[in-house]
Amino acid sequence: MKVKEVVEIISGELICCESMNEVEVQMGFASDLMSDVLTLDSENVLLITGLANLQAIRTAEMSDISCIVFARKKKISKEMIELAKESNIALIECSSSVFKAAGLLYAAGINPVY
Amino acid sequence: MHFEFDIEAGDFSKVGYASSQLKKIMKQLVGDHKIVKRVVVALYEAEVNVVAHAYSGKVIIDINTDKIEIKVNDKGPGIPDIQLAMQEGYSTASEQVREMGFGAGMGLANIKNNTDEFYIKSEVGVGTSLTIIANLITE
Repeated sequence: MKVKEVVEIISGELICCESMNEVEVQMGFASDLMSDVLTLDSENVLLITGLANLQAIRTAEMSDISCIVFARKKKISKEMIELAKESNIALIECSSSVFKAAGLLYAAGINPVY
Repeated sequence: MHFEFDIEAGDFSKVGYASSQLKKIMKQLVGDHKIVKRVVVALYEAEVNVVAHAYSGKVIIDINTDKIEIKVNDKGPGIPDIQLAMQEGYSTASEQVREMGFGAGMGLANIKNNTDEFYIKSEVGVGTSLTIIANLITE
């Protein structure tokens, strides 16, 4: 599934970056605990989180995660956008809960990591 | 190739800088992106540990053709019981660290899982030295 389809399914807004619209994601993982994200060894993973800070971006960078959905109306800061641009990570704001965003994406074909 | 980075303890805005720089360097040198990911995740976890627990730290990286060796030395309170600290789920992290998305007591174990060799020594009241080695050539 392309990032632009993810945005559409969860009625989200792509904050960073336009160039990421065509990137493919296949699996999803939902967590506010970055320690858990760092244990994943899957590829093409999309992260759904309510943790809106620089560590979420850094964790995605180290874990080769190319798309993060910030649920629960969390706002993405300028610093987060700057860091995400350096590593080509798509950042999506979404007003749904983590549970709803995950449910919608699962129903649309995004597979769980485990 | 030899690189060194200082880690400022307590400053979560900069945590991951050394790992990020290493990732850029390794992407140029190592073809297998899974190896790159394992090494940078291990270093990132180590950086988080220094920022969360120590007073200051230094990362020393040596990259050869067949392996990478990373030393992370910190000045800090040290670890009284390393065996206990290695157990998944054991954590002495502060509330602030947990709010950052860490402090679940999985860092050291995850560093070990992502490297081929793992050595740690610590002296209470002095600091902790971590050495990790990863093979860069898959057999």
